[in-house]
Amino acid sequence: MTATADEIVIGLIARMLENAGVVGVGSSSPVPAAGALLAQQLCPGRTRALIFRNNVNDPFHESGSELYDRIGQGRIDVFFIGGGQIDGRANLNNVGVGPYPQSKLRFPGSFGTPFIIAMVPRVILYREEHSPRVLVPKVDFISAAGTTPPNLHRRGGPTDLITSKAHFSFDREKGRFALASVHPGCTAAEVRQATGFDYDEQVVVPVTALPTPEMLRLLRGTVRAQVAETYPEFARTRLAGLQ
Amino acid sequence: MMPERSFDTLETMVASIPEGAMIALPKDESGAPCELVRELVRQRKQHFRLLCVPACGFHADLLIGAGCVDEVEFGGVVVGELGVGQRFQAAVRAGTLRLKDSSCPALHAALQAGAKGTPFAAVRGFLGSDLLNVRLDWKLIENPFGPGEDPILLVPAINPDVFLFHARWGDRHGNVWTGGRRDLAYTAHASRRTLVTFESIWDGNLLTDPIMSAGTLDAVYVGGLAHVPNGSWPMTLQYVHDEDTEHIKTYAAMARTDDGFAAYVREFVIDRKHAA
Repeated sequence: MTATADEIVIGLIARMLENAGVVGVGSSSPVPAAGALLAQQLCPGRTRALIFRNNVNDPFHESGSELYDRIGQGRIDVFFIGGGQIDGRANLNNVGVGPYPQSKLRFPGSFGTPFIIAMVPRVILYREEHSPRVLVPKVDFISAAGTTPPNLHRRGGPTDLITSKAHFSFDREKGRFALASVHPGCTAAEVRQATGFDYDEQVVVPVTALPTPEMLRLLRGTVRAQVAETYPEFARTRLAGLQ
Repeated sequence: MMPERSFDTLETMVASIPEGAMIALPKDESGAPCELVRELVRQRKQHFRLLCVPACGFHADLLIGAGCVDEVEFGGVVVGELGVGQRFQAAVRAGTLRLKDSSCPALHAALQAGAKGTPFAAVRGFLGSDLLNVRLDWKLIENPFGPGEDPILLVPAINPDVFLFHARWGDRHGNVWTGGRRDLAYTAHASRRTLVTFESIWDGNLLTDPIMSAGTLDAVYVGGLAHVPNGSWPMTLQYVHDEDTEHIKTYAAMARTDDGFAAYVREFVIDRKHAA
């Protein structure tokens, strides 16, 4: 079984979520959703995936504030969020490009990010597009701050950034990313060129590990069907079924 | 025995909404009142302050595009899974819409404070966000119960003038079933008036039914109630029908241009065409 590019990223996410506790995945995030659902299959009872906009098994059954109340109390361990722009200090911009309020390019809005980024212990940033227009030196508007002075109350923050090209880890004390691995078919030089912010890099950068045959079997069977409950189009067009 | 009351019509309910009011709309999954929104457009109502609870899609974008909205407060405006609302984006570019960028937990907390009649809510997080620089009505204070330096955000309570949503059931006593959607209940509690369209008539009294009453909004909160089957089309009504994604895609494609949006309004709002 040869893994596709999507399956490699999903496999990476699933490995990161081994025994991770309660994992929340926001709207419009099919790849993190698939990764979290795969981790849930691999670690039953130790990784639990909560997927937004899942009509079949809505994990936020009371809707509205319940999710944020849970986060406020520290009852959600990991959360995936993204940004229209992400900068080298893990700040997210979900407001817009150019001066506020008359943004040249308006993003959808901050949603829960200014709260989630501070109150969830482990925040994983995910953005499929890896380009200098997304990964910028400094965001035009900080919707959600990647770091805050150490004396201020904060439960957690960004720990990683995953794109279609690479995986970065984030050092919250230094406020700086380091390239953790590049996905197969991509090079460290290519990643450097496609990234608008500066980051640390080892002399030899590992290649992102491939999913195991067991992971692929689960992903193409049970997990694909679960992903289709929320993301039918994604499951049909981008996830292979079992042969 | 409570006396039965007759239902309102969509037209009279919408006619009763004053221009300039703060109107609240629920998120996509909580019963978007799309026929109410279309009627607002047909009656050419204007100058609303729109509150998204806490993020809205097609229904907010349509209202903004039709020129009914002067100001919007929101956690997000995203049309389905298709990205930022086209008409919202166009209005931002044109500078014709006053923006109150907010965030979902801040809006939930502000509405819950409104429901309690307290003046503000305290919200964790947000430190370092530029939202604090553009929301001049928000305040950071020192946690009065903290041992040391501990700034915390206060947001003013929100009491919308009118809250609009579409429900699965209404009864002849004026009660509305909201099921597990707690956001509908506390937004109605916080709002001065709540106007509801509903899918089906519940025979009997929802409040005296032991199973239904837990998910029922008491008639005391319901200022208007109209029987409008399919009133959330093209958006979903939980447990009844899914979103009409093909139609939402049609909308998003037409809304890319001013002319396309005008054609959409003519066809699907003014001429009341429902896509098959």
